[in-house]
Amino acid sequence: MKVGVVVFPGSNCDRDMYHVLSDVFKIDTQFFWHEKKLPKNLDAIILPGGFSYGDRLRAGAIAAHSPVISDVKKFASHGMPILGVCNGFQILVEAELLPGALLKNNSLNFMCKWTNLIVENNSTPFTNKLKMHQKIPIPIANGEGRYYADGKTINLLKKNHQIVFRYADDVNGSTLRIAGICNKEGNVVGMMPHPERATEPEINPIDSKPASLIFESLLNAIGVTQ
Amino acid sequence: MHIESHNHPSAVEPFGGAATGVGGVIRDILSAGTRPIAILDGLRFGDIEKDPHARWLFKNAVSGIADYGNCLGIPTIGGEVEFDNCYANYALVDVAAIGFGKKDKLIKNRAIKGDLVVLIGGPTGRDGIGGSQFASDSLESENRSAVQIPDPFIEKLIIEAILEARDQKCIKAMKDLGGGGLSCAVSETADSLGVGIELDVNQIHTRESNMKPDEIMVSESQERMLIITDKKKLNTLKIICKKFRIQCSVIGKVKTDSLMQVKKGAKILAALPTKIVANAPLLDRPSAIPKYLNKLQKEPFLKTPTNFSNILLKMISSPNIANKRWVYGQYDHEVGIRTVIKPGNDASVLRLDNGKFLAAKIDGNPKHCYIDPRQGAIGCFEEACRNVVCTGATPIGMVDHLQFGNPEDPEIFWTFLESLKGITDFAKSFKIPCVGGKVSFYNETPKGPIKPTPLIGILGIIEKHPLRPLQISNDDVLVIVGQTKNELGGSEYIEYIHGLIGGRCPEVDFKASKQNMETILEVIRKDIVKCVHDCSKGGLAIAVSELCMINNIGCKISLEKIPSEKLQTDRLLFSESHSRYLVVVEKKNLKNVQNILSKKKVQYNVIGNFGGSKIIIERNSKKIANLRVDKARLKWMNSLEELVLHG
Repeated sequence: MKVGVVVFPGSNCDRDMYHVLSDVFKIDTQFFWHEKKLPKNLDAIILPGGFSYGDRLRAGAIAAHSPVISDVKKFASHGMPILGVCNGFQILVEAELLPGALLKNNSLNFMCKWTNLIVENNSTPFTNKLKMHQKIPIPIANGEGRYYADGKTINLLKKNHQIVFRYADDVNGSTLRIAGICNKEGNVVGMMPHPERATEPEINPIDSKPASLIFESLLNAIGVTQ
Repeated sequence: MHIESHNHPSAVEPFGGAATGVGGVIRDILSAGTRPIAILDGLRFGDIEKDPHARWLFKNAVSGIADYGNCLGIPTIGGEVEFDNCYANYALVDVAAIGFGKKDKLIKNRAIKGDLVVLIGGPTGRDGIGGSQFASDSLESENRSAVQIPDPFIEKLIIEAILEARDQKCIKAMKDLGGGGLSCAVSETADSLGVGIELDVNQIHTRESNMKPDEIMVSESQERMLIITDKKKLNTLKIICKKFRIQCSVIGKVKTDSLMQVKKGAKILAALPTKIVANAPLLDRPSAIPKYLNKLQKEPFLKTPTNFSNILLKMISSPNIANKRWVYGQYDHEVGIRTVIKPGNDASVLRLDNGKFLAAKIDGNPKHCYIDPRQGAIGCFEEACRNVVCTGATPIGMVDHLQFGNPEDPEIFWTFLESLKGITDFAKSFKIPCVGGKVSFYNETPKGPIKPTPLIGILGIIEKHPLRPLQISNDDVLVIVGQTKNELGGSEYIEYIHGLIGGRCPEVDFKASKQNMETILEVIRKDIVKCVHDCSKGGLAIAVSELCMINNIGCKISLEKIPSEKLQTDRLLFSESHSRYLVVVEKKNLKNVQNILSKKKVQYNVIGNFGGSKIIIERNSKKIANLRVDKARLKWMNSLEELVLHG
């Protein structure tokens, strides 16, 4: 069982994600530089947060054309669990693996704060251990984190249960307070908040258990019991 | 830990100036071969309540720091913000950074004849030419071309490339390019290594063609590092740079002649002994006690206020005391997943890979330093120590940044010497080593110099676990440690409420200070206190209110119980005497805490209880102030943001 963390030029949560996967959840984890081919024996792929290409053009716009993305698309179509966090989510959207767009926050500022998520879909590979409507204390840290999609897309998201997480309160003006979504098949999930910053009691001032369940869900999905 | 300022550039172009300030200090940390793990910043501007220009500078400097630090993925974990008229049309932007690395991976800084001199990073352009000269003059005109242009993305690539090159042992010596550009970096590197360096300006990658050799040598373009490597490792270094797509040029070689030689092809343009270029002659400048001091130190007459509730509320909403969430909320302070105690507390705490914890804080107090530069500087030092002590950390090292006006003015030079003496005395007495620092002069506008602004950064170490402030609940007891003295000079109260400058500057009693620090650390390590809060700006009244507002709980305190000289009510409430701590104790632990405090012979007393929804202050059973916590909290949390956004 092996998880790949893709590193783009400017990724900056790659090492945090690696730490949580390998040290906290004891998963065999490997970094993959964005120019490398991904091996076939991977069980899941994570696109970490950061500022790939310095957010030039639009957040995630350039990284979405990295060589590695064609492999990510291929594995996504095979049903492999793929998670994009923060900039990783932005890249998945720019790569058209997920619908919609991430716009500047209503405050027009970068926002770093602790928020509460509400689970809206607990059948994805990253939420299967969570209860519906369970609350997850988790920090956000982004400038372009306001989820937006047109009415037609939103209706489809609702119909197909693609809304995975919503904020408990309106933090940045996201449509329907959306914080995370998945593709129609449910194996590709993108979320703006940072689960890797919330799984350890030492750095989570509220409760680290709910965010840990995101990673335990992954273990569950790829057939590992803890 | 290292600290630097970027004041002149930030006063002209606050976004770029502040951003490149972050970049510079991060490269200094990187030069040691350590990974930067935290940023702290100290920001000072004019009166943002009255001056829209100060507001503009403030807003954009914060954005500049956020833009740069966030992109690098280095958490900005703390700092301070202060507003004072002496910074009108000016800005102090101080950035401190902390690096973490293993001893055996640090760069040894050695070179031998034949080693290669390599320049990596962004291209050299015409930005920042004469930046240091511009910064070393009084700010009279806006010279935007002297301000460097930030590119945090390139800096991020440089950080990762350099750390990879360090792991592959490609780096024998390293220096960042800062003030003075290549001319300073090359001469200083050669001088400190005891070698000569010959370089060819034709080999330097430039942003535009036709740059003159002197422009190339003094350009302060950002995001560049000078590396000395040996011939065998050059290829590995090139492969690493290629991976990160950053440029890497071999620009010269190491020689034994102790000369800095600049060539253009075969033509020698300069050949200077590095000793002369790198080492400025020592000056002995005249100093004189400023004439204004005598008058300033006289105690001004204060009208005794009638309604302390209103005064307290006014102070809580003042820009200097209001919550700084609007600032640190724009900084990613979680990235790196080390931040155990987050910004907004007395000091921030990071976890380290070896299981220990590191507390960090920077502090300055120009209002105190103006009245008494020596005691003021000592006070900054003690306050920074107090802040890390509140988290359970023992201070282990400090950096200082000394910011003054024109040193050719004997009165300003005197204030500089006095601050220096104060800092030295404290460091020696408390055995806290000064591990770095910087001096910044000529901080003035045509309207005059800034107040003396020495800044102290402190690192503290926690062996076991930090004191995480616990939620205060009903019936918890408030204990004060330390004596409150007649020291309103330079206080927020005297300046903000009465509009006066002057009075008796708080002085630190070294013996009591040490005793209090040791005792506080002892009660924290015994796990018998809920939280400890430093008593500083705004005095006791503000410190108590902050505890109530953070915890959403009321309290009732009795002023007559405060250990003090016989003082008027406003002095008890707002005096900014040092060495004082507020300790919150659960009732069942009170005896235990009192026993330790008594045994240690520190000045202390139980001054009140928590509970209810109001801050109630009494003196001899007579109500002095009565303030609803929810109302105060709303003002405290929102007033700075309101001011910045809506004026």
